[in-house]
Amino acid sequence: MSASEESRVEPARRIQFAFTDEQEQFRSLLRRFLNDKSPTTEVRRLMATAEGYDPEVWRQLSEELALPGIPIPEQYGGAGFGMVELCIVTEELGRALLCAPYFSTTVLAANAILNAGTEAQKSSLLPNLASGARLATLAVTELNGNWDPHEIALVATPVADGYLLDGVKSYVVDGHIADLLVVAGRLPGTVGSEGIALFTLSADSDGVERRLLQSMDPTRKLARIDFHGVHSDLLGTLDDGAKPLLRTMDQAAIALANEMVGGAQALLDSAVDYAKLRVQFGRTIGSFQAIKHKLADMLLDVELAKSAAYCAAQACAVDDLEWPALACLAKAAASETYVHAAAECIQIHGGIGFTWDNDTHLWFKRAKSSEVFLGQPNYHRELLMQRWGV
Amino acid sequence: MSKVSEAEVRAEVRDWLAANWDPEMSLVAWRNKLADSGWGMPQWPEAWYGRGLPVSLARVVEEEFAGVGAVGVAKSGVRLLAAATLLEHGSDLQKKKFLRRILTGEDTWCQFFSEPGSGSDLAGATTRADLNGDHWIVNGQKVWTTSAHHADHGLLLARTDWDAPKHEGMSFFVIDVKQPGVDVQPLKQMNGHASFNQVFFTDAIVPAENLVAGVGDGWKVAMTTLAHERRGADGLNPPSKRGSRQGRIHAEERAELETANQPYKWYPQRAGRVDLVIERAKETGAIRDPHVRQEIAKLMIMARSAEWTARRARAAQRQGRPQGPEGSLGKLAASNVARACAHVHTLITGAEAMLTGPASPREGIIAEILVSVPATSIAGGTDEIQRNIISERVLGLPKEPRFDTGPFRNVRKN
Repeated sequence: MSASEESRVEPARRIQFAFTDEQEQFRSLLRRFLNDKSPTTEVRRLMATAEGYDPEVWRQLSEELALPGIPIPEQYGGAGFGMVELCIVTEELGRALLCAPYFSTTVLAANAILNAGTEAQKSSLLPNLASGARLATLAVTELNGNWDPHEIALVATPVADGYLLDGVKSYVVDGHIADLLVVAGRLPGTVGSEGIALFTLSADSDGVERRLLQSMDPTRKLARIDFHGVHSDLLGTLDDGAKPLLRTMDQAAIALANEMVGGAQALLDSAVDYAKLRVQFGRTIGSFQAIKHKLADMLLDVELAKSAAYCAAQACAVDDLEWPALACLAKAAASETYVHAAAECIQIHGGIGFTWDNDTHLWFKRAKSSEVFLGQPNYHRELLMQRWGV
Repeated sequence: MSKVSEAEVRAEVRDWLAANWDPEMSLVAWRNKLADSGWGMPQWPEAWYGRGLPVSLARVVEEEFAGVGAVGVAKSGVRLLAAATLLEHGSDLQKKKFLRRILTGEDTWCQFFSEPGSGSDLAGATTRADLNGDHWIVNGQKVWTTSAHHADHGLLLARTDWDAPKHEGMSFFVIDVKQPGVDVQPLKQMNGHASFNQVFFTDAIVPAENLVAGVGDGWKVAMTTLAHERRGADGLNPPSKRGSRQGRIHAEERAELETANQPYKWYPQRAGRVDLVIERAKETGAIRDPHVRQEIAKLMIMARSAEWTARRARAAQRQGRPQGPEGSLGKLAASNVARACAHVHTLITGAEAMLTGPASPREGIIAEILVSVPATSIAGGTDEIQRNIISERVLGLPKEPRFDTGPFRNVRKN
């Protein structure tokens, strides 16, 4: 049982519609750090490398800001914050387009371990993730690109001292650099939600074959990982079935929604700045209603998507009953908004917006990869309806 | 007035109500007591039917009234906008003449601002007022005037100087609606209701003492009225909730509200009725259609996100933070929700969406939604004006170049 589930139903813990002063200060601090460490010149340098991140910046954000440990309780070496703070981090990272293995290590792997792991496993695995010493990721999706955990085919065969994994995972974020892999698999002969569990192994184990995929969004590295009878440990117990994985995926959808609204805001800012600067027909293009109205609509879209992303994070943090539905809602809203903002930002820039030298395509590509990553908007809308009992 | 505490105010109003509140009184007699005591509008100045209390303490008074089910002053329609405008800009004579009967509900008011030729561009008004000795003579046409058919007085924005620039050539008047020169005609809308009027002025008379503020101050005064309008709710007034609500006074209040709210009966429909969508989809079976499910989900996502955006704005306000962009977006969001909702209701309803009247789905409510939603993106500022406001005030973008400067006489008009 996770920390947040143990602490449910405190009447004071209602969904808050404003950030606290401390949270706002944390955001400012983070924004200053990222302005300094992740200018687009750095994004461009790192996205061209195979590793896709700067170990020195990772060390700084671990040691100075303790970011990898944000959602990890203090007893496991983390900062002991919750979903709201985690989402402030992802929003700011999305805004700055920081190239770093944060989503993989903290949002996916650390949360999976928190949700599924035994006390002993949390104590042994989490401190190294919290300190930033080890990188990790969660492998769920397979070659068919299905994000529904019930579709998992990778087989975990019980043996005397663990489980042997056979199968293929794909679209694994930072799978090529992770030290620790958390893998979703199923027991032999099971189907659907039955027999689903999570397994951990060191990425350098025998029988693990990792290939970096050529991703359209070079700021988010993806890998295919083949497992040939790889020895692994069960994470937690078999009793909870797919629940810890589902919880992790829902948390990840919320964190991603916040990352996306951060990116969408960056695109809006860029489009507004350019509209105030660019002169055509003897006037700045921002004085034409055709452009002003587009930007007003973008602002509305971005603010609505932010509200959904913030509300979902708050609902998850206080374990509101509706939070898994709101995860779908926020992911669908942010996906549409981010992609639309990216397309409009290019449109407002005109020809220059389609060039490699202009930075808009960096966010455009992140918007595209985020739209599909963890499930497309139509998948989340259908899931939302089901979770609302419709 | 010296500072008073919440407890003192609460005790004082409670005692006063205990001694005075009587549901068998006539509505007007009771409201005259409210005007005399200042308890009806406690935030108004002591000199003018109030007690000079801060708004926070006025809420305490409201709570005490609600606690015993006591009826308040008349608030429906534009009468309180008129009162706020007169309190700020009116002469003592005007305050004396009009404020009491506003509070008692004996007089009904309306607002003559919009014209057929000036909708979004309110300052382009061409209704004219010409001074003739001790009175003004008014000629022109106003439109979208709620309640003009039963109003006693109107707030009139009219042009008094055609050589001054547009915003500087207007003056603000109180005009007697019930006179031969004022012809009120109902304006039938596309949804069949007639909630508004068009009003024709032909040599209508305004006594000079009814000029509010100075000649040429009309735009400034109208801005006060509009600022109060934006702050207030739109029209619908719930009756006092608690208490037995038996007795003469409650019956009179119900009758008053029924008249006041009559023009707004279709207002819930113009917002699209998101609340009906899922029930209706289950009712018709459309809920099984994957495309319809997607469209419903899109609508719900938009509607919920808009609701949370409004809550973010309120939460920021409560924390005393400067208002962020989220505070300016509600109207545009509401338009988008209404339009999307009408689209989804059509999808769900299918062929029956071609029908109207009592035999059509939900006794005609669905049809009424479909033909009322277009009002949402126009009334109270079109979507396009909202986008201009948002892009200029929130995003800091420049205005379009203007073509209406210089003497108004030379400005192009409809």
